[in-house]
Amino acid sequence: MFRIMNALLEYPENFTIDVTGPIDRVVDWIGETFRGLLDAFVVFFTFVLDNVQWTLQIIPWWVYILVVGIAGWRLYKWPTGVGLGTLVFAIGLLGYWEGTMYTLTIILVSVMISFVVGLPLGIFMAKSEKFEMILKPILDMMQTLPSFVYLIPALMLFNTFGRVPAVVATTIYAVPPLIRLTYLGIRNVDEQVVEAGTSFGSTSMQMLFKIQIPQALSTIAAGVNQTTMMAVAMVVIASMIGARGVGNDVLRAIQQLDVGTGFAAGFAIVFLAIILDRLLQGIANKLDMTAQEGEDA
Amino acid sequence: MAQAVSIKNLSVIFGKEKQKKEALELLDSHSPLDVRKKTGATVAVKNVDFEIEEGELFVIVGLSGSGKSSFIRTLNLLNRPATGTIEVGGRSLTEMSKDELREYRRNDVSMVFQHFGLLSHRTVLGNVEYPLEVQKVDKEERQERSMDAIKLVGLDGWEHHMPNQLSGGMRQRVGLARALTNDPELLLMDEPYSALDPLIRREMQNELLKLEDEMDRTIIFITHDMNEAFRMGDRIALLKDAELVQLGTPEEFFKNPANQYVKDFIADVDKTRILKVRNIMRKPTAVAKLGDSRETILETLKEKDMQFIYVTDDKRYFKGFITLEKLKKSKAKTIDNLVENDKTQIYRNDYLQDAWGKLSAATFDLPVVDGKGRLRGILNHDNVVDALAK
Repeated sequence: MFRIMNALLEYPENFTIDVTGPIDRVVDWIGETFRGLLDAFVVFFTFVLDNVQWTLQIIPWWVYILVVGIAGWRLYKWPTGVGLGTLVFAIGLLGYWEGTMYTLTIILVSVMISFVVGLPLGIFMAKSEKFEMILKPILDMMQTLPSFVYLIPALMLFNTFGRVPAVVATTIYAVPPLIRLTYLGIRNVDEQVVEAGTSFGSTSMQMLFKIQIPQALSTIAAGVNQTTMMAVAMVVIASMIGARGVGNDVLRAIQQLDVGTGFAAGFAIVFLAIILDRLLQGIANKLDMTAQEGEDA
Repeated sequence: MAQAVSIKNLSVIFGKEKQKKEALELLDSHSPLDVRKKTGATVAVKNVDFEIEEGELFVIVGLSGSGKSSFIRTLNLLNRPATGTIEVGGRSLTEMSKDELREYRRNDVSMVFQHFGLLSHRTVLGNVEYPLEVQKVDKEERQERSMDAIKLVGLDGWEHHMPNQLSGGMRQRVGLARALTNDPELLLMDEPYSALDPLIRREMQNELLKLEDEMDRTIIFITHDMNEAFRMGDRIALLKDAELVQLGTPEEFFKNPANQYVKDFIADVDKTRILKVRNIMRKPTAVAKLGDSRETILETLKEKDMQFIYVTDDKRYFKGFITLEKLKKSKAKTIDNLVENDKTQIYRNDYLQDAWGKLSAATFDLPVVDGKGRLRGILNHDNVVDALAK
């Protein structure tokens, strides 16, 4: 009697199943079966990363200040340009120029992969209700699963430390908003506009490329912005598997309880985030036709 | 005249597949409301039959929820009918393959939308070009044809503006120009002016009538405004709760309203300002064509007990009249040299008020012509008095 009562009050200790073993085995299996493919993946992305980084580093520091400043001025007004240019300069002043370039490389490559993968997925999701039903819970899971969890399998699958697993983990973490907003943008295109397209005999490809994507462009741009911000956030975490850069400086500062370095490197990341966010936001606004002079008669 | 559009026993039902099937079985024996209660499916159009003639401006009027929009959308298959057939120019829409349907939409039909449905990322020209662009017409030709359409609706000079820089009336002109670029036989207008303010609406109505007069196109026009319906329509179909209540010319609506609902509906309509010559004109008993033999026409006149006959050319352009007397006296082989023309004619888009001057003096039938001078009908003084008295 007492035993039954106890079982109802507290979760019984032995009444569990072990999923850790199977998951390990699946990851191992993937790693073994697709070894060749995964290795090729590593080689390819190392190549991409090297080239992006080389390009970013060959551009002199003052060009960045100028380009960001002018972009800020064109997208908003001149004070924004001055502000953003100053932030670029501040990253250099803090002493994190090299580290930021390294970090920016990982962010840019992750965002590029996200775009190439996320845009078609978002489009399919908008076009097919079945695909939407499958993909939605997966996206929910990707966004709620603690981001640290991606690190270990990324490490194991690619069998290497450093940038490539970092890019993969960052992409998985950062891609959902782009997929979601692409989907949303296409779904929210004014129904009469889509009907008009149909009524003039558009093929579904014409509908997609001449109507739906152009109409959804500002929402897709907002998705790119969010994805970029997620990638910035993930970069510190990704340094735990050997990605260097400013993220790594923050991580080291935490390990050594070095408050000063922690904040300094932290600020460099914040500045980078602000610059990227403002620029992308500005582009999204420019693409939003309906927002300007939207006087309804 | 040829039937441009022929609709037989057409029903449109919205709902899940299973509900639609159930609804279809109940359709004939139950009212749309009961069908909805029993199955959950919405009957938007129920067993509608009618024929629309080539070149006609056909207006469908009804309150919101009457099924008029659901109906017009079946004519380019934006809605698929649950049952019934739709034939446009002799071709059945529901039997078309995907490719045939796309070709039909590209070449033969176009639509003007209530909220314009413009592509906000394209300029006026880019919008008007769209129907030709999807057909892969090359750039030069499509820009030329688009500019023609833009000029036709009076928007030249605005072609490089974006839609959001235009007023509502101008946006709807873009919508109309876009619908005209592919030169469709059938023009569908789904409450095109409902979103516009009254002054602009009036102006747009008159412009459409003028345009319609100059081109040979069947137009189907949807509105919830009875005044608009009567001002525009050659014939009018009144829908209520998915069913056709009455179909006829404005004149017939005034003369024989089908029931109390129709009476209430037209109670507010001021007919002197709305009835046009075209609304009450009659078809001539017989018309002679240049080149016809004198004998034949003489016979026709005797047979039909007419004192004179109107004459047109092959393309229905009005040429004049010939009297019975003159036919009898002459020995000519054809009628060509006997035609007289005293230039008395009335314009079919005149309101009765404006045409009254000529009509009040006429004891015989006057010819009614369109903007291009083609004979469209006849009308006399008594017809007008009859129409206004009722």
